[in-house]
Amino acid sequence: MSSPEFKNPVVKWIDHRLPVFSFMHHELHEYPTPRNLSYLWNLGSLAGLALVTMIVTGIILAMHYTPHVDHAFESVERIMRDVNHGWLIRYIHMNGASFFFIVVYIHIFRGLYYGSYKAPRELLWILGVLILLLMMATAFMGYVLPWGQMSFWGATVITNLFSAIPWIGDSIVVWLWGGFSVDNPTLSRFFALHYLMPFLIVGVVILHIIALHRFGSNNPLGIDVSGKQDTIPFHPYYTSKDLFGAMVFLTIFASAIFFYPNFLGHPDNYIPANPLQTPAHIVPEWYFLPFYAILRAIPDKLGGVLMMFGAIAVLFVLPWLDRSPVRSGRFRPLFKLFFWVLLADCVLLGYLGGKPAEGIYVTLSRLATAYYFIHFLVILPLLSVVEKTRPLPQSISTPVIGGGMVSAPAAKRGKADV
Amino acid sequence: MSDTVENQGRRDFIVVATNTMLAVGAAAVIYPFVNQMNPAADTLALSSIEVDVSGIEEGQAITVKWRGKPVFIRHRTAKEIELAGQVNMDDLRDPQGDLDRVEKPELLVIQGICTHLGCVPLGQKIGEVKGDFNGWFCPCHGSHYDTSGRIRKGPAPTNLEVPPYTFLSDNVIKIG
Amino acid sequence: MFKRINQTICAGGIAMLACVGVMATSVVSPAMAAGGGGDIKDHEWTFDGPFGYFDKASLQRGFQVYREVCASCHGLEYIAFRNFSDLGYSDAEIKAIAAEYEVMDGPDEEGEMFTRKAIPADRVPSPYANENAARASNGGAYPPDLSLIAKARPNGANYLYSLLVGYKDAPHSDDVPDGMYYNTAYSGNLIAMPQPLYGDDIELAGGGDTSIEALSEDVVTFLAWAAEPEMETRKRTGIAVMLFLFVMCFVSYGSMRYIWADIKKSKA
Repeated sequence: MSSPEFKNPVVKWIDHRLPVFSFMHHELHEYPTPRNLSYLWNLGSLAGLALVTMIVTGIILAMHYTPHVDHAFESVERIMRDVNHGWLIRYIHMNGASFFFIVVYIHIFRGLYYGSYKAPRELLWILGVLILLLMMATAFMGYVLPWGQMSFWGATVITNLFSAIPWIGDSIVVWLWGGFSVDNPTLSRFFALHYLMPFLIVGVVILHIIALHRFGSNNPLGIDVSGKQDTIPFHPYYTSKDLFGAMVFLTIFASAIFFYPNFLGHPDNYIPANPLQTPAHIVPEWYFLPFYAILRAIPDKLGGVLMMFGAIAVLFVLPWLDRSPVRSGRFRPLFKLFFWVLLADCVLLGYLGGKPAEGIYVTLSRLATAYYFIHFLVILPLLSVVEKTRPLPQSISTPVIGGGMVSAPAAKRGKADV
Repeated sequence: MSDTVENQGRRDFIVVATNTMLAVGAAAVIYPFVNQMNPAADTLALSSIEVDVSGIEEGQAITVKWRGKPVFIRHRTAKEIELAGQVNMDDLRDPQGDLDRVEKPELLVIQGICTHLGCVPLGQKIGEVKGDFNGWFCPCHGSHYDTSGRIRKGPAPTNLEVPPYTFLSDNVIKIG
Repeated sequence: MFKRINQTICAGGIAMLACVGVMATSVVSPAMAAGGGGDIKDHEWTFDGPFGYFDKASLQRGFQVYREVCASCHGLEYIAFRNFSDLGYSDAEIKAIAAEYEVMDGPDEEGEMFTRKAIPADRVPSPYANENAARASNGGAYPPDLSLIAKARPNGANYLYSLLVGYKDAPHSDDVPDGMYYNTAYSGNLIAMPQPLYGDDIELAGGGDTSIEALSEDVVTFLAWAAEPEMETRKRTGIAVMLFLFVMCFVSYGSMRYIWADIKKSKA
């Protein structure tokens, strides 16, 4: 590791005592990154951008929001109508949640396809799944805050999931509510936690990045970098690429905010919460629909809840379910096939989660749920044994197909010594 | 970096253009995020109020809330007006003629905020301490104001402020 | 060869993004549509699309329809009189409109609540003191507040329009119970709100078409504004932002290509 020479005397003085500039130089500037990353590797920085956007707009909204059942809905309307640019900030936050999930879901499926969860990146992956869980909890509590009909009934349904726990379930639900139904104490604590959790996410994201920088990014070939010729410095190459990606992302994001701000929301949430009347058709936000479908597919209360949480839990152990030494799906013909089936399955689950729980939808939900678990618990372990993988290229900079099979992660080289 | 000089120039141009636009964009994003803390439309809507002053008897005063703070409106007696007009300018810490502080001599409109440290002076209600100059008295640190709301004694540096107001009709004033 | 593979992957990435987008669409739209159920006609609105705007004359007519027809049962609680400047009224006109309403204020010095003339800063007073009072006066049905109605119903503007012009004779007259009315747009076709507009209900202040279609269009325009008073500013700003971002995409792409030029060269 070369120590950077700073020209600015102030920077130099500070860095000698507090090496933040050296740190940034190592991690954001010279950080050696595989030269062959595709645009799918933009999603990580995009997720970071989304997180920062959510925190900034969220803090601003908290300046104007009132967490009380009698004032919450009205205070949100005041933000929309009277606060300077309040509509903009709230629409950014509201749509930002959806876009954060879009980005993170693509990021996850990229990791699934290219085997980014495999050794030595297991902890990196597990931290990522933890971020997903925290995001879900944060998003759920945030959705309660406007205190519309969907807020209230979403909160009621989801908190009631915990009543499925044997023996102590009911007490837990009362504890969560701070009363005997979702009410003012619930709203205040959800607000407090919704404000707290993003900072927990930031903490885990920092760990996620530390873990990432230990061995560097995976890449579309899934093979380890074998030397300096395989990597390029992060800056200016990937900073410029991430910037371009961010601009494309912001363009799509802005088109939603300015022209279709309520497209991903539910009209019922513009009706103030009414504890005496459930809307005819309640659905969670789109990003929860696949899990909601799994929940409803199981005809048993406890079973449904367990399966729903199991759908995430299975991701935690994924590195030990898929034992194939080859990372990238590009060299795994069978795995590749099943990957697309899994993606289709998740989309199908999402679709079914938005449908009423009746008739053919129930049957399909069960089949799709079954496949989801079979994919992770049966197919992946089996493929690790039976699949005949295609030969791997020797190195990133000489990607000649058929250049000889490299016995997978033989060379567990860490961060290239630059 | 084995580019030709010409190429280098073009590269620099596009990179500089990108960074410049990025800076402009960031500034444009920051503006609404800062501006949101300014008073909102509903707050601004109440930044001017209309008060019917016909009901105030001579010698009486009312207090109205304007922009979150008290405004004293006093229907002064002839004696009070006379008293305020007689004062020698040299005796004043913050010299200002009484007639410069009113639209109509009988109606005094002043902000009920002591110019020392922001307490509300006494003297509005009958029976309250009016201070040595028969106007208002601030109990926090002992500032005495006269019947024109001018500082006469005590730590306050300036006279009680006159808020912007106009007579919409003989009976109604608009403050703010 | 390698370059092509790389491009394929990029295309794959974009396809994936699109895929998720489509998934969101296909998942959310049916969920939203499920709330409707009735027969909803598409109508053309001046406020549709990225260049949408509110026609001020139509807003003023719509406000008159609201005042003379809807307001007896439906509130507009999030709208303040000052907001009517969006409708093209001057400050003096707004003051005059506000003065026609009485609002509750207080307590006064005796501790009593009192009513006074409304001022521009006041919200439009609701016809009922609370939801229970509203239900009691309407046979148990609650006439919802209209400030957000255009956002609180799927396909808001079209739904409201279809509802207003959707009162028809029931196919079998004995199907309609007392206190209910047949409406083609309403989910389940039985609605507790009696037909509000028949055409020629009111005399428009500035003259104009008073057919049921024209009045419905005006009042829906007014309600769309009430739900999204920021809509014009939002779309104007949006167009500027989109133009900026399009240019920014091109410039940052160019920047990236120049920076990557030597890498691409060495790869080939």
